[in-house]
Amino acid sequence: MINIVPPVFIYIAGAFLIPLIRVRILKQVLVLLIPTIAFLNLLNMPHGTYWTYQFLDYELILGRVDKLSMVFAYVFVIMSFIGMVYALHIKEYGQHVAALIYVGSTLGVVFAGDMFTLFVFWEVMAISSVFLVFYRRTKKSLEAGFRYILVHLFGGCVLLGGIIIHVVTTGSITFELFDFGTLAAKFILFGFLLNAAVPPLHAWLADAYPEGTITGAVFMTAFTTKSAVYVLLRGFPGTELLVWLGAIMALYGVVYAVLENDIRRLLAYHIISQVGYMICAVGLGSEMAINGASAHAFCHILYKSVLFMGMGAVVYVTGRSKMTDLQGRSLYKKMPITLALYMVGAFSISAVPLFNGFVSKTMIVAAAGVLNRPSIELMLHLASIGTFLHTGLKLPWGVWFGLKKGDEDEIEDAKEPPLNMLLAMGIAAGLCTLTGVYPKILYDILPYPVDYHPYTASNVVAMMQMLVLTLAAFWLYINKLGGEAKISIDTDWFYRTLGKATFWFCNRPLNAIRSIGQSLLSKEVMSVGKISKHPYVFLEMFRNSIQGKKVTYKELIDRPYNENFYRIPLGLSACAALIFLFFFGFIYMA
Amino acid sequence: MEKKLKIILYISIVATCILGFLFPNKHPHFWWQKIPVFDAVFGFIGCAVIILVSKWIGHAWLMKKEDYYD
Repeated sequence: MINIVPPVFIYIAGAFLIPLIRVRILKQVLVLLIPTIAFLNLLNMPHGTYWTYQFLDYELILGRVDKLSMVFAYVFVIMSFIGMVYALHIKEYGQHVAALIYVGSTLGVVFAGDMFTLFVFWEVMAISSVFLVFYRRTKKSLEAGFRYILVHLFGGCVLLGGIIIHVVTTGSITFELFDFGTLAAKFILFGFLLNAAVPPLHAWLADAYPEGTITGAVFMTAFTTKSAVYVLLRGFPGTELLVWLGAIMALYGVVYAVLENDIRRLLAYHIISQVGYMICAVGLGSEMAINGASAHAFCHILYKSVLFMGMGAVVYVTGRSKMTDLQGRSLYKKMPITLALYMVGAFSISAVPLFNGFVSKTMIVAAAGVLNRPSIELMLHLASIGTFLHTGLKLPWGVWFGLKKGDEDEIEDAKEPPLNMLLAMGIAAGLCTLTGVYPKILYDILPYPVDYHPYTASNVVAMMQMLVLTLAAFWLYINKLGGEAKISIDTDWFYRTLGKATFWFCNRPLNAIRSIGQSLLSKEVMSVGKISKHPYVFLEMFRNSIQGKKVTYKELIDRPYNENFYRIPLGLSACAALIFLFFFGFIYMA
Repeated sequence: MEKKLKIILYISIVATCILGFLFPNKHPHFWWQKIPVFDAVFGFIGCAVIILVSKWIGHAWLMKKEDYYD
C-alpha cells in the first residue's frame, strides 16, 4: 500500500547527491527541494506501523506513524526548510551535507519503532551535528566540538547499555513505555536526559551551540533537544522525577542567562530553560500536559530559530558575539529589519498574546494547575518572567541599543544580512505569528483532542500584567543588566578541569616514569637492536669456536650490515621444495 | 523621549491592573489566582529577585575571567 519512502532516506539520498552536482544554483534548488519533497511525503503518510525489516531474530521498524510522531516530524521538516533558506548563501557544501544527514537521522529517531533503529539514528545525529560546530574552523569551536562529541558518545554508550539490558531481560526491542523501576529504564532515561540537556547533563549545549557556524547553530537548536523530548514523551510520560527536573531546569537556564555576555550563549541557556517546560510537562503526563509538551516543542523550534537567526545575523555582519562589544553602538539604525524580526521571536518566546509561545506555554502551566501542583506552577511562572527579561528586553536592548559610555567604537560595515537570511527569519516569524493568532492549526495536529482556550480575557490580562511589570523591574535595574566581560563556570567545569588534570598527570608523573625507564634500559635496547642487524651472530660465534677462529663478539656485531651475507642460493629452496613434495606424495600415496 | 516612555509604562501598569479587576479568573486552581493584581506583583518581584539573586550568585561564585580555561 505504501509507495512512499521513509523521510530519513530522502534526506540521506539528498546529502549524497549534493557533492555530485557542479552547478551552484542547482545545488541551492536541491537543498530546498529535499525538505519540500519530505513535507509532501509526510502529508501522504497514513497512520500505522510499516517499513518493517527482519534483522537477526528482531523486527526493525522504520515507520511508526501516529499523531505524536507526526507533530514532531512536521515541525522538523518545516524547520529544515527554514534552516536551508538561511544557509543558502553558504558556498561550503559540506555544511549542507552535514545538516541534511542530521535532519534525516532526527526524522529516523522520530519514526523509529524499535530501539536498535533508534540507537543507530541517535548516534548518526550526534556525529553529523558535530560537523556544524567544526565548520566554524576556529580553535574554540574545534575544542568545543570535541567536548560535544565526547559527551554525546558517552551518553550514547549509556543508552546502548540500557537497551542491551532491556533486550536481555525482556527479549523485546520494541520502543514503548518503559517501566521506570527497572535498571534498563534508568540507563535509557540517562541517555535521553543527556540529549535533552537536563542539568547537570546540559553543559554540552551552552558550550557547543555558540561556537557552531552561524547557519549550523540554527539547525542544532531545533533537533537534538526536541527529539529527546519526543523520545521522553514516548518512553517516560508521567515520571515524577521529570516534573522536578523540568521545573528546576526552567529556572537554571534563567539564572545563567542573567550572567551571560556571549549573545548566542545567552540564547542557548534559554533553550535549556524552555526545554525545561517540556520535560516538566512530560513528567506531569496528563493528556493536556502531553499536548502542551508537543505544542511547546513545535512553537519553540520556530521562535528559537528566529532568535538564533537574528543573533547569528548580528555575528555575521559585525563579527562580534559579545554584548560588551555591541552595546551602546546604536546598531538598530543599521539593522532595523533584523531587529523587527528578532522581536517577533522574542515576543513569541515570552508568551506575549498573539504570538505562538502564548498558546503553548500557558497550556503547560495550566496543566500544572489542573493537576494541582502549586509549586511547579509558580516555578514555571517565574521562569517565564526570566524569559521575557532576557530574550525580550535585555538582549535586544544590549545588542541594538545599550547605554552609551562614550568610548564605543563605531561598527562601520554593519548592515542588514543577505536577503536569504532575512527571508528565512521572515518565514519563521510569520509561522510564529500565524500559530499564535490562529492556534487551531496547531491544536488540530496534537496527539490528544484539545480542550484548552488560551485567549480568555483573564488569561490575556494576567499575562499582560506580568509582562508590563517585568518591563518596569527591568527599567529599574537597567544599569545592572549590561554585559560583563566574564564567563560563568558550569558543570562542564568538572570534565574540563578533569581533562586538564589528566593531561598534567600524563605529562608529568607518567612521563617522568617513562624517561627513567628509558635511561635505564636504553643500553639494552641498543644491543638488542644491533643483534637484529646480525641475527646469526650467536651461531657464528659457535661456528668460530669450533673452527678455532678468534673473533670477538664486538667485532661481529659492529660489522656493517651486508644483505648478501644472509642470502641463500635459489637452488637450496628448490631442493627443499622437491624433498617436501616427494615425502608428501609418498605419504599421500600410502 | 525617556519621559514619554515612562508615562506610557505607568499608564499600561494602571490599565492592566484595572483590567485585572474587570476580568477575574473564573476557574482558579489556587488561591492566588483569585487576586486580580497577583500577576503584576509577581512579575515585578519575580523579575527583581531573578536579577539580584542571579547577579549575587554570579559575582560570589560562578563568574570568572574570560581566560579561565586557557
